[in-house]
Amino acid sequence: MSASTTPSLHLRGSRRSILADRAATVVLWGTGAFVLLLLGSIIVHFGIAAWGVVSPSFVLSDPSDTALGGILPILWNSIYMLGLTMLIAVPVGILGGIYMSEYAGDNKLTEAIRFAEEAISSVPSIVVGLFGLILFVDNFHMGFTALGGALALTMFNLPLMTRLSEQALRAVPQDERSASLALGATKWQTIQHVVVPLAIPGLVTSIILTAGRVFGEAAVLLFTAGLATPAHYDFTNFNLGDPASPWSPLRPCTTMAVYIYKLQSEGLGIYVSKVVDGSAAILISMVLAFNLGARLVGRLLTRRLTAA
Amino acid sequence: MHATATYPEPVLRRVKVPAPIALLGAAEAPLDESTTKIATEHVSIRYGRFVAVRDVSLQIRERSIMALIGPSGSGKSTFLRCFNRMNDLIPGAKVEGQVCLDGENVTDPDVSVVELRRRVGMVFQRPNPFPMSIYENVAYGPRRRGMNGRRQLDELVETSLKRAALWDEVKDDLRRKSGLALSGGQQQRLCIARVLATEPEVILMDEPASALDPVSTLRIEELMRELRKAYTIVIVTHNMQQAARVSDVTAFFTMAEDRAGYLVEVGPTGRIFTRPTERLTEDYISGRFG
Repeated sequence: MSASTTPSLHLRGSRRSILADRAATVVLWGTGAFVLLLLGSIIVHFGIAAWGVVSPSFVLSDPSDTALGGILPILWNSIYMLGLTMLIAVPVGILGGIYMSEYAGDNKLTEAIRFAEEAISSVPSIVVGLFGLILFVDNFHMGFTALGGALALTMFNLPLMTRLSEQALRAVPQDERSASLALGATKWQTIQHVVVPLAIPGLVTSIILTAGRVFGEAAVLLFTAGLATPAHYDFTNFNLGDPASPWSPLRPCTTMAVYIYKLQSEGLGIYVSKVVDGSAAILISMVLAFNLGARLVGRLLTRRLTAA
Repeated sequence: MHATATYPEPVLRRVKVPAPIALLGAAEAPLDESTTKIATEHVSIRYGRFVAVRDVSLQIRERSIMALIGPSGSGKSTFLRCFNRMNDLIPGAKVEGQVCLDGENVTDPDVSVVELRRRVGMVFQRPNPFPMSIYENVAYGPRRRGMNGRRQLDELVETSLKRAALWDEVKDDLRRKSGLALSGGQQQRLCIARVLATEPEVILMDEPASALDPVSTLRIEELMRELRKAYTIVIVTHNMQQAARVSDVTAFFTMAEDRAGYLVEVGPTGRIFTRPTERLTEDYISGRFG
């Protein structure tokens, strides 16, 4: 500490950069904490609001059953809509991603496809809903159906799904492809056995993000799948042609997000706000559960496909 | 100080190497006098307008090791990749001239690259096992050509790993351990086993030991001498001692003023390293260039 010739470790000259370093750390931590806080407060808010509302009977009864009413048919519709949309969007999205990443190369056509992907992604969802209304409901005379809703959602989500899949596939190192091809594997075998398995974590992310939009989307479905509150579903009715069957794709299909919108905007009665809070809490839990579940499935798939 | 530097060989002595391999004069070992396995005639390779390799003609005998040496950018790796048509993967790459495998021109568009690559295997510079179990890495090639029998695959995996001198180290967790969990040298031997499992005739090695430590390098070299008994091997190397130790024939590449790679001279390794006919070769191997 004395005035010697050896330089002290407590340098004054570097104080500014140390301060900047600390400031950066604080700001970045703060940003991360803010994001977590936001998510946390949404969860906590609806957790508290839904306290006393959400119960097994709330989840498992029909809207007309009790004074409070349940959400079983609507919850079912959300799951059904997710399944139907994913059934269409996942294969098409992943195959599109494979085409864009492994086959298309960079030319005028792929430029046009990328432009279209971005353009469609930025179209407001209410406009997509309106387009679905004109095309499926009116022109095809389908009326308000789950299938029409799923197709409109696919239109809205496919570009994102394709783009994210393409990015996941492109991220697989070229070395892996070369190794496989050099062993005499065909291009398709290489894609099947090396590229896709290695891209699974990224592909799962693309599915989760798309699924999240399906769960949460209301505007697209308002005009295509309808607003009607179903009274009761008979789950033993497997007649797909019967609009009363909960398994039929050709029936009106009000989902949770649409139901919340409907109740909040036009619902009357003393229990409406409770049902809204309860439904919101269930919707959030479903999104979280789906996120975690999809990640788990992705991890299992990776393990299975890479070290069978 | 002595004017000439002596090369100590501590590493060579510490590792147990079978006698014929320990001899530096590997090139003196008799060549299989049989047939020419690969012959190139006036091969030029371009990337767009850039000429990477110009007018190379040479023959590679069956069951021999040919080393391609030369400075960076002399086109030796590019040249190596025309034997299994890996250059096809590079957009804009174009191969002119003939590359014949057993007299058949492999640059012919009708040739099945899948079939060609099964007969001409390749080991890359950076060990690149798939992120799969050791077993699945070796079984990858055979599975892709439709081999599914459990016993058949087990047997092939075992013989391939034995030939690649890796069996004893991995036999206990073939299915549990990922290929990526092995050391660098083991990974490269796994990649060699993976190639052997496709039952090739020719093995191309693109600087197979440049990412490895000296002990692992010697094990790979040992292995190459062993494999030479059954396979034709072409190796690209920056390490001249390595070329001298393992190869039967050495081809020296360099590049011209316009940066196109070309073949300066080719001959028995012993002669190339002691009495090269070209001044350029002599300068390179004595360290005056490159």
